[in-house]
Amino acid sequence: MKAFTTLNGLVCPLDRANVDTDAIIPKQFLKSIKRSGFGPNLFDEWRYLDHGEPGMDNSTRPVNPDFVLNFPRYQGAQVLLARENFGCGSSREHAPWALEDQGLRVVIAPSFADIFFSNCYKNGLLPIVQPAEVVDQLFKECVASEGYRLTVDLAAQTVTTPSGQSFAFDITPHRKHCMLNGLDEIGLTLAHADKIRAFEDARKQSLPWFYV
Amino acid sequence: MTAQTLYDKLWQSHVVHEEADGTVLLYIDRHLIHEVTSPQAFEGLKLAGRQPWRVGSIVATADHNTPTDNWDKGIQDPISRQQVETLDANIREVGARAYFPFKDQGQGVIHVMGPEQGATLPGMTVVCGDSHTSTHGALGCLAHGIGTSEVEHVLATQTLVAKKSKSMLISVEGQLGAGVSAKDVALAIIGKIGTAGGTGYAIEFAGSAIRGLTVEGRMTLCNMAIEAGARAGMVAVDQATIDYVQGRPLAPTGAMWDQAVAYWKTLHSDEGAQFDAVVELKAEDILPQVTWGTSPEMVVTVADRVPDPAQEADPVKKSGIERALSYMGLTANTPVNEIPVDVVFIGSCTNSRIEDLRAAASVIRGRQKAANVKRVLVVPGSGLVKAQAEAEGLDRLFVEAGFEWREPGCSMCLAMNADRLEPGERCASTSNRNFEGRQGQGGRTHLVSPAMAAAAALAGHFVDVRSF
Repeated sequence: MKAFTTLNGLVCPLDRANVDTDAIIPKQFLKSIKRSGFGPNLFDEWRYLDHGEPGMDNSTRPVNPDFVLNFPRYQGAQVLLARENFGCGSSREHAPWALEDQGLRVVIAPSFADIFFSNCYKNGLLPIVQPAEVVDQLFKECVASEGYRLTVDLAAQTVTTPSGQSFAFDITPHRKHCMLNGLDEIGLTLAHADKIRAFEDARKQSLPWFYV
Repeated sequence: MTAQTLYDKLWQSHVVHEEADGTVLLYIDRHLIHEVTSPQAFEGLKLAGRQPWRVGSIVATADHNTPTDNWDKGIQDPISRQQVETLDANIREVGARAYFPFKDQGQGVIHVMGPEQGATLPGMTVVCGDSHTSTHGALGCLAHGIGTSEVEHVLATQTLVAKKSKSMLISVEGQLGAGVSAKDVALAIIGKIGTAGGTGYAIEFAGSAIRGLTVEGRMTLCNMAIEAGARAGMVAVDQATIDYVQGRPLAPTGAMWDQAVAYWKTLHSDEGAQFDAVVELKAEDILPQVTWGTSPEMVVTVADRVPDPAQEADPVKKSGIERALSYMGLTANTPVNEIPVDVVFIGSCTNSRIEDLRAAASVIRGRQKAANVKRVLVVPGSGLVKAQAEAEGLDRLFVEAGFEWREPGCSMCLAMNADRLEPGERCASTSNRNFEGRQGQGGRTHLVSPAMAAAAALAGHFVDVRSF
């Protein structure tokens, strides 16, 4: 996993509530057995005017000029500004894979769906929860000012606007440690292998029917 | 000792290790695997040179991509076929407690297959790379969906890195009216608390109306906990749970069965246990539900009208309603029972068990599919459900009414196989999500119960099944 320390990135505002994972990456692209290459199909049904299928040359497809991600001013965005309950729906990790593959590293929203939220951390994509009023303010500033960028400092747990206003955000120490260092979580867990083994052995003794 | 909730008991009995910040390693008993969210996990495991921790925890099937007709021709779509064959190869290489490949009689939608095979037992932690894993909580399990990185993590370590959720009690007291099903209860709850109402919570469903549901009905309810935002939904173990599990292929037998039952009987919230949130509904207030929009919380009763955005003060909600009405091709204030349907889908991990098919078939009573309805797909949840339905003659009732009787699979719930809506088609569906494009790009989904779906197929529009 890519480490995440600080980022000063262009912001793209996606002004819709309840953006679901079917919208983030439609089901036909889930047939891939790879982890990469989902970026061009991020928000496929909103982003293009035709119907997308795996294997198409996306560079020749008609793009929807009214979809915010296609606006010239937001090309190269690394921060996605979103509304409440972002990432609701399925557990597909293809959703954070597609966001990350598109070049996004941070999503800021008033709330996220639980499974999507934890999937983000496994992929170097930082989901940041901010109060709805703060998100509202960021939307307004972003729309009003072309080239609007935010600075995200994971170590300090802050988001800073171009005018220097800073907002703190929460993250568990475990997730912060993994993201700052780009750590493989499985390796960390296996450091407790003896403990897992002992737990399992005791469970096999006391509740043997689970192991039939 | 302080009174514990069911969730407390399930959680605490699986904690292997706890960090200072409350992050724990949670032991996983059962790992359900399907073809869509597992290939990258198996690949990651192999690339890292790791072995699966406990192969006996794995139970797998192919369901999302498999066709529901012309099985003799195999899987026509080469990309779908490759994904299913990749699962075959991975299980061949790694092993599993049980595997039900494409065309096996045990094959089916993973959340139908698991409980049906006894792969899901009360007291287990059950995970799967699929958000509808919440279904299994109906048996008194802690069950929830995980992402592919977590699938790999469970394969490699038999644990998940997790933090405990808050607890929510949803209590439904009273008796459900005739023609009102678990699906209507689920939709009514989502209508009340919203699709983010359960975010950050594990939900326990309780109350006399829940205890009165069959275990299959409880599965329908827990299945849709995720549509209310909650990763996990659960119902306490009672005699119905134990009766359901007994005799299943992977369930314990003999002396082990007796020990297991004694343990399972402890799996309920203690008297006086405290929940972080409590929601109460009266069973008598719940009527047959129909969603009108593009989120499961956009739901009304069949006697209602499509809402009017002009009545909504909140600007974000108002634009959400306008956008949903536009996508759904609906006009504000239209009576729900005047909305015509083009397609009907009876199936999915929400509603494809035998009692769902019985409920749908019981509505037919010699009638025919309405002329304006183009297709009615009935897709049983598994090969075993299909065989049971055929033994009861339900398949003949469906076919005589002009419905199509298909092979098991996820089918038009998410349209990864060939079963999908065309742009603009309107579907009465017993599935769980009415998101834009969910059943096919441009398709319009209305979520309903199996009986309501069958009634819509016969009437050609939504109709109150209680008077049909």
